[in-house]
Amino acid sequence: MYVETKLPFNQEYIQAISKDRNEPGWMATLRSKALEMANSLDMPKPDKTKITNWNFTDFQHSNKEAVKITSIDELPEELRAYFDGDASMENLYIQRNQTAAYNSLSQELQDKGVIFTDIFTAINEHSELVEKYYMNDAVAVDQNRLTALHAALMNGGVFVYVPKNVQIEDPLQAIFWQEDTDSALLNHVLVVAEEGSSVTYVENYISHNDTEETVANLVTEVFAHDNAQVAYGAVDNFAEGTTTYVNRRGVAKHDARIDWALGQMNDGNTVSENITYLMGENAASDAKAVSVGRGKQTQNFTSSIRQFGKATDGYILQRGVMKGSASTIFNAIGKIEHGATKANSEQESRVLMLSEKSRGDANPILLIDEDDVTAGHAASVGRVDPLQMYYLMSRGLEREEAERLVIHGFLAPVVAQLPIESVRKQLTQVIERKVY
Amino acid sequence: MSSTVLEIKNLHVSIEDKEILKGVNLTVKSGEFHAIMGPNGTGKSTLASAIMGHPNYEVTEGTITLDGEDVLEMEVDERARAGLFLAMQYPSEISGVTTSDFLRSAINAKREEGDEIPLMNFIKKLDRDLEYLDIDKNMATRYLNEGFSGGEKKRNEILQLLQFHPDIAILDEIDSGLDIDALKVVSKGINQMRSENLGCLIITHYQRLLNYITPDFVHVMMQGRVVKSGGPELAKRLEAEGYEWVKEELGIEDEETTEQNA
Repeated sequence: MYVETKLPFNQEYIQAISKDRNEPGWMATLRSKALEMANSLDMPKPDKTKITNWNFTDFQHSNKEAVKITSIDELPEELRAYFDGDASMENLYIQRNQTAAYNSLSQELQDKGVIFTDIFTAINEHSELVEKYYMNDAVAVDQNRLTALHAALMNGGVFVYVPKNVQIEDPLQAIFWQEDTDSALLNHVLVVAEEGSSVTYVENYISHNDTEETVANLVTEVFAHDNAQVAYGAVDNFAEGTTTYVNRRGVAKHDARIDWALGQMNDGNTVSENITYLMGENAASDAKAVSVGRGKQTQNFTSSIRQFGKATDGYILQRGVMKGSASTIFNAIGKIEHGATKANSEQESRVLMLSEKSRGDANPILLIDEDDVTAGHAASVGRVDPLQMYYLMSRGLEREEAERLVIHGFLAPVVAQLPIESVRKQLTQVIERKVY
Repeated sequence: MSSTVLEIKNLHVSIEDKEILKGVNLTVKSGEFHAIMGPNGTGKSTLASAIMGHPNYEVTEGTITLDGEDVLEMEVDERARAGLFLAMQYPSEISGVTTSDFLRSAINAKREEGDEIPLMNFIKKLDRDLEYLDIDKNMATRYLNEGFSGGEKKRNEILQLLQFHPDIAILDEIDSGLDIDALKVVSKGINQMRSENLGCLIITHYQRLLNYITPDFVHVMMQGRVVKSGGPELAKRLEAEGYEWVKEELGIEDEETTEQNA
């Protein structure tokens, strides 16, 4: 199919993507307009991290088909560890570069009208449904240059649709495997949970480009309609060469709930935004994220819950461990809008520093435009408590082992939240690898 | 079995340049139960912390040896693996680490690689010890000491004593804050461990613990030194008469610190 390394990307190139993929008119127009905007919009401005020298825009873009996977044995060992074997292959999507390499959804869920498919198939087969949600109310095309670039060049992703009152017990899992070390991934995940439905979705991003430089520009949009529940888990694990911009947003209606458990374990520079809009009365969100920074990487994580509905409940929890000369900013923003009476906004950000040269900062921000609300925040940046170390070592644990326990314990509130056992184990291993 | 000797000679210990211990001499052997009593602020807990290697305490003079090995040269974890155990007065809370995961890691720390305790053996022994100490089984899955009541923390320390089988155990005010029932349970745990293989140093402010655990030796600490030693009868006299007579007998003048009789 289409392989292209030309920069800057022009309209001709964008139109060719749409044509290749046989995309409906609205998508072709959206791509085209987005490219125009990308040229004039500003870059995102993450608080307290200077990204002007980061390369987010100069990359190789590929839209080519990769080889499909017929058997789990074809996957590298590293990837196989992410799921529990054949049993969990039932509701699984594996994307190899830009291609849906493996896709399975149980007959039972298919019969109930659940959709779990790659984004291109969804755009073609469920055009109206996708159009309704795609880069409208959650992430706007014109939010910044990178969201526009994403819209123009989107080359992968998955669509999850849960019909009214359908409860999905087993988690749906997506693995985005960037095997090609050179080309950029502009991945789009769209999750729509209709009224009274519930779903648990877990994704993994994996790449191996330790030296080759490339870009990941990711957008997630989650919609939880009245009384719907979405639990969203992720382990991001891009290699050192990838500069990542990841924008995950959710919109929760009346009595809806969106919970995030994000393991942000990239080895390259990363800007991450996670914003949840609590629009309806009694909507709620737990936004939990962990990160381990190592080497020379610089990262900026913003976690925000914006509460419009009455009696909404937002809870942000961020935990970070920094070593080497890694530098990370954690921004937690709880925002209660005017009229959101009885809303509650809580947040906690804690950073653990393991080395002298690492830098960490936790910025707790509460913006409240309503009187009748409750809110609280806690933030800390510190080293491993010497008295905890003393206690553990006094039981015979070596310093390294004691520190390991303290670190895993420190990250446990988020790790324990991940809904798939194998993903939890995998995240634990990634943490081990990054810390030691 | 083997006989272990903990020997403390002329120990001087400072915290933030203030000298707390001013020459402590003490020897604890396997099979012996020693009680250290004394008014508050005389350095009893400092002695316990210095033996284990608490980071805030500095040994400025003297020696501590375990079977002739220099304890002061050892890291905290090496001291533990050499056979020392300290039941702490204020155990740390370790969030996110379950009590049972911690116990298993600590047991395995003392074993060779490849000789880890089989999971079933661990669970069986843990269940038995929890029941023996009248501890709610849920504690095993709760985070270590996090949100534990004072009594639960003390029981957890004794649970560890039962789990780790040290050669020399130091119990730092294990009785403080316990009601009489909890005190009986904790004492029962300690007495279960009492054997020719365990040497024990019991630091206490009150004589009442010694009603349940009869010491072989009783030492009185004042002003950073062991000023008087004797048998169980000494504890009884201290309970009945307080510490004033010891001071008078030895001609000890009060320092500026507040004294409080037991």
